[in-house]
Amino acid sequence: MAALANQLPIGLSIAAVLLLIALGLTFTFGQMGVVNMAHGEFIMVGAYTAYLLQGAVGGQSLLVALPVAFAVAGLLGLLLEWSLIRRFYGRPLDTLLLTWGVSLVLQQLARDVFGAPNVQVTAPAWLVGGVDVLGVRLPHNRVFITALAALCVLGVGLYLAKLPQGRRMRAVVQNRELAACSGIATGRVDRSTFLLGSGLAGVAGVALTLVGPVGPGLGTFYIVDAFLVVVAGGLGRLRGAVLAALALGFLNGYLEFWTDASLAKVLVFVAVIAFLQIRPQGMVALRGRSLG
Amino acid sequence: MSGRISLVLCVVLLAVAPLVLSPFRLGLLAKYLCFAIVAVGIALAWGRGGMLTLGQGVFFGLGGYAMGMHLKLREAGPAGLPDFMVWSGVEELPALWKPSANPVFALAAVVVLPGLVAFLLGLLVFRQRVRGAYFAILSQALAAAFVILLVGRQGLTGGTNGLTNFSRFFALDLTDPGGRRVVYAITAAALVLTYLAVKLVVRSRFGALLVAVRDHEDRVRFLGYDPALVKTITFAASAVVAGLAGALFVPVVGIISPALLGVVPSLELLVGVALGGRFSLAGAVAGAIAVNYAKTLFSEDFPEGWLYLQGGLFVLVLVFAPRGLAGVVEAARDRFRRRPREEVAG
Repeated sequence: MAALANQLPIGLSIAAVLLLIALGLTFTFGQMGVVNMAHGEFIMVGAYTAYLLQGAVGGQSLLVALPVAFAVAGLLGLLLEWSLIRRFYGRPLDTLLLTWGVSLVLQQLARDVFGAPNVQVTAPAWLVGGVDVLGVRLPHNRVFITALAALCVLGVGLYLAKLPQGRRMRAVVQNRELAACSGIATGRVDRSTFLLGSGLAGVAGVALTLVGPVGPGLGTFYIVDAFLVVVAGGLGRLRGAVLAALALGFLNGYLEFWTDASLAKVLVFVAVIAFLQIRPQGMVALRGRSLG
Repeated sequence: MSGRISLVLCVVLLAVAPLVLSPFRLGLLAKYLCFAIVAVGIALAWGRGGMLTLGQGVFFGLGGYAMGMHLKLREAGPAGLPDFMVWSGVEELPALWKPSANPVFALAAVVVLPGLVAFLLGLLVFRQRVRGAYFAILSQALAAAFVILLVGRQGLTGGTNGLTNFSRFFALDLTDPGGRRVVYAITAAALVLTYLAVKLVVRSRFGALLVAVRDHEDRVRFLGYDPALVKTITFAASAVVAGLAGALFVPVVGIISPALLGVVPSLELLVGVALGGRFSLAGAVAGAIAVNYAKTLFSEDFPEGWLYLQGGLFVLVLVFAPRGLAGVVEAARDRFRRRPREEVAG
């Protein structure tokens, strides 16, 4: 029982990381049909931003790194959308390969600039250690990541619900043609979605520096799981992404505990396939009139 | 007619290669041919069927491990255990390995195992009308899980090192250039036969149905066909082809390991197909051979450059020539002949 409870924060923090990464993916995929394999490299960019700022700013660099990483990764995403992805709408499989090509180049670039070995970002003093709540050990860094993810979800939720830009975004996700007919500049909405999604990947990258080393392959490690969250959650749905990230995070955490890391991945995959037998559209699906 | 002439030309080239190439280069060519066999399967599933499979490394690996396990057991020491098991302290042959001692079982497993896994996955996924990018993502997740499983089960699979140190391939001595020439000949024959078999499938009624499913799945369903079954069978066929290539890869290169099978290698298998042209079987074969040859060249002289080139190739091909080099050649030929192409009803 104690072990069961101890695994709870671990599952929660896995879920939080997955959620931070999947938030951006689910909207670029759901709204534009773009399968962005370079999303993982935006995570890497965010992590390296934290690493560079650590040298430049010092002690409290983490808090500075969050907005800076958002801006750097977001602008990079904007550049990618504007230069390449724009030409590929309606060809989702091609965007997958295209962005994978971009991701290879970015990884090698990181290897050439920062070197192949991993680098370390030291967490600030107030994130070292942990607290005991009801006999369960809560490490500070994992609490911080979970709170960060919750904050991002809240932010995206408010953006979608309250701001005019968010309303336009929802409209494009639901029906692109109709949104365009109603006078929404879909191209501009696409760009802002990409900026937002890539920026969130940068934030996720900063968060990941708290739980592990930073290397050129950082993004590839998480991208596959994050895509599973998107598929299981349903496209372009905030609620779906949250639910799926929680489910997969806990599943990962507990299965790793009960079996082992290698079998856990296989079982998670089997669970997703089994889930798709019941709900092929994902947990939260858009109701539409299209076939299939 | 010109297609037949170039096919004969290619077969002649493959037959002449052992006479002119050094044993080392011949071995490399045989490796490229293995990847070309996988490319034929990918061109069938992706080009004809519209199923972008990012998990082809899994099927390549299943075929490779099925073959590798059998070869390992043939060379096993006095205790009947492969060398790596002795090193990791395994004392009795695991039950999973026992059937592999039988050569008939092992050869059957090479094609049946990948086919079965793909058929099962395809059935579960396509029946629920999960398709397009979703399918691509799921196949990629399969590749990721497969590799983690292989690495994690050290005593059973050899872990990160995989299966290696093969000295014999059935009756053939792999340390002898003569034996390696025979292995090359088998690989070349397998490529030609696979190519012809897939060509037959593409030209058959089933091939026409497959293209119809790719272009308008719902319409095919309304006509009374079962698109899920068509896709599942095609996907399984491409997996069988990949398994065959994996099994040949073991005697050709002498190793099968997780590093060859994961998410990245599975995507690398696509580079050649995308470059050569996914809609053309011959283009896919040529692309796979060319890309792997380029990889060898770069790795010898300029290793860091390869990832830039590979990434750049993907971007350039998709932006400027989505139909690959085969598409460029076709367009050029059409312009040269100044013959209007037949209009295809939409």
